[in-house]
Amino acid sequence: MTRPWLTNLLLVGPAALAVALFIFLPVAVVFVLAFTDYLIGAPSATWVGLENFQQLLGSRLGRNALINTLVYAAIVIPASVGLGLIVALGLHSLATRLPRIATLLQTVYFLPVAATLVAMAVAWQMLLHPSLGLVNTWLSALGLSGQQWLTDRDIVLFTLALIGIWQTVGYNMVLFLAGLSAIPATLYDAAAVDGAKGGWTRFWTVTWPMLGPTTLFVLIVTAANTFRVFETVATLTEGGPAFASDTIVYALYREGFVYFKAGYASAITVVFFAALLLLTAIQILLIERRVHYR
Amino acid sequence: MRPILSLRHVTKRFGETAAVQDVSLDLKEGEFLALLGPSGCGKSTCLRLLAGLDRPSAGHVQLGHRDVTKLGAAERNIALMFQSYALYPHLTVYQNIAMPLRLRSLTVMQRLPGAALLSVQVRGVLSDIDTNVRAVADMLGLTDLLGRKPGQLSGGQQQRAALARALVRAPSAFLLDEPLSNLDIQLRAETREEIKALHRRTGYPFLVVTHDQADALSMADRVAVMMAGRISQVGTPHAIYHTPATREVAQFIGQHRMNILPRGAGGALHPAGAKLDLGVRPEHLAVCHAGTCEARLPATVESISFQGDETLVRVRGPGDASLLMVLRGADAPPEQGASLHLTAVPGALHAFGEDGDRRELAA
Repeated sequence: MTRPWLTNLLLVGPAALAVALFIFLPVAVVFVLAFTDYLIGAPSATWVGLENFQQLLGSRLGRNALINTLVYAAIVIPASVGLGLIVALGLHSLATRLPRIATLLQTVYFLPVAATLVAMAVAWQMLLHPSLGLVNTWLSALGLSGQQWLTDRDIVLFTLALIGIWQTVGYNMVLFLAGLSAIPATLYDAAAVDGAKGGWTRFWTVTWPMLGPTTLFVLIVTAANTFRVFETVATLTEGGPAFASDTIVYALYREGFVYFKAGYASAITVVFFAALLLLTAIQILLIERRVHYR
Repeated sequence: MRPILSLRHVTKRFGETAAVQDVSLDLKEGEFLALLGPSGCGKSTCLRLLAGLDRPSAGHVQLGHRDVTKLGAAERNIALMFQSYALYPHLTVYQNIAMPLRLRSLTVMQRLPGAALLSVQVRGVLSDIDTNVRAVADMLGLTDLLGRKPGQLSGGQQQRAALARALVRAPSAFLLDEPLSNLDIQLRAETREEIKALHRRTGYPFLVVTHDQADALSMADRVAVMMAGRISQVGTPHAIYHTPATREVAQFIGQHRMNILPRGAGGALHPAGAKLDLGVRPEHLAVCHAGTCEARLPATVESISFQGDETLVRVRGPGDASLLMVLRGADAPPEQGASLHLTAVPGALHAFGEDGDRRELAA
């Protein structure tokens, strides 16, 4: 009691030190490296200013990775949030009539989230194999022509997006289910008394506005995860064919850990970090005022 | 007075248990009816059945001459104020009050944002809605609060917003679920008066569901007492208090629980006490001074509790019956352990048979 500052230091110190050492310091190092031409293992580095950033945004390869990531996100974010909501609504209403089946389906939908994505990616590789895979077998059984799912330049990004959706829907569903169960039942009663007849009206009068905070959270989490897409690219395509599925985080990995260009990889990280921060801030500023009803 | 909203032999089961059993109840034109009962007696279920939020397992619900048993709440034009108020937290007070009108007078397409810009008809409806909302807000003193969200209102203001939302569309009947239970004591008394005044002003039939007898007796024209899923008695507050139909009702109504002298023990108070259970309210018992009264009940004082305006005296009577007596005003309280005689005017005695039903006493 006589030396409160010592107590405070003992309590806060270790955690603060760990955060500084393992998060803030590396981030700071990355920010500095982004302006150098440092190669991993090189004895020295030269200050190159904005050259790394020019290379990322100016080169065909850099822009390609950026655009691929944006296209991927533009498909995966709305689809996985929308499907997550639809699945959650379905299971929520099913739970009152057939609780066991609803629980079973919940587990099924959640399985991709719980499973290791790399292992799942291998399973997808088998399914999507051009000649032996189940997908093409079924397609030909239906009289449709099979596709080169992972080696066709025009298709590969969409295949990865589908896998991304498959992997994210379960997580979003669980979040939406939690949000749905938190809506007070009396609000639906009130809406019914007020004259809301169909499910559509009930949804827009009560469910959608009351899910606002959940939806914002789901959007932010999904966006952050989607822009970070890496495992499926690394295990299934390695960015190929011909960089058709190259994404930002995969490019960063390739530049940093295959070509050892730590400076360039750091620049990609900085851009990525800034973009995510900006996106999240915009989402919160734009939407949060409209979803927390105070 | 013709019935507006009625339950006809309605039973509602949840699984094996029957929450409401063979209940018939009329809410008549312009009246103020209270549905009173302890918690879990099925009164809220009755309310939900009347409003159309639940369907009865057996029996019928009638709105005027129409059988509305199978109609949902949206088709019944019955207003309901929820115990929790159930205001839409994302809408302003104005939008909350306007919601029943929007849902009833606009189609799904017409409710889309921007519809007013495109359609003259929608603009007309919206301006009617605006007139109604402002009128009811003015009546309930909400005009300055129309732009607020429910989260920014006090409990009393939220309640008025809920009242406004219920009243804005001229309902055929107005149901209130425990309207006073979320208010503090001071506000309760005021709100009781306000709800009564609102009933007089609007003339709609009101049905208040409450577990608080003071609310029911003070507000309602008629009280229906509900016990364990059945209606035990329907009558004026006066009748409910002075001529309770069953022993349960007798013991439920009254600030202090009615004393029951088991068969035989009450013989000293009234001859009928030999064969029937006798009930007498604590406030109707009096100490008999120096052999002045005809009927006398010997008793010993067990404990005395002074409570300001009244003194509660617990005595032990014949047949080991524990009785409560309330002394008011200047009556000098007896000593603890003293033996005394109690008396009660014959009009204040209630007799109940073995089945718990009231038996009329010869005066």
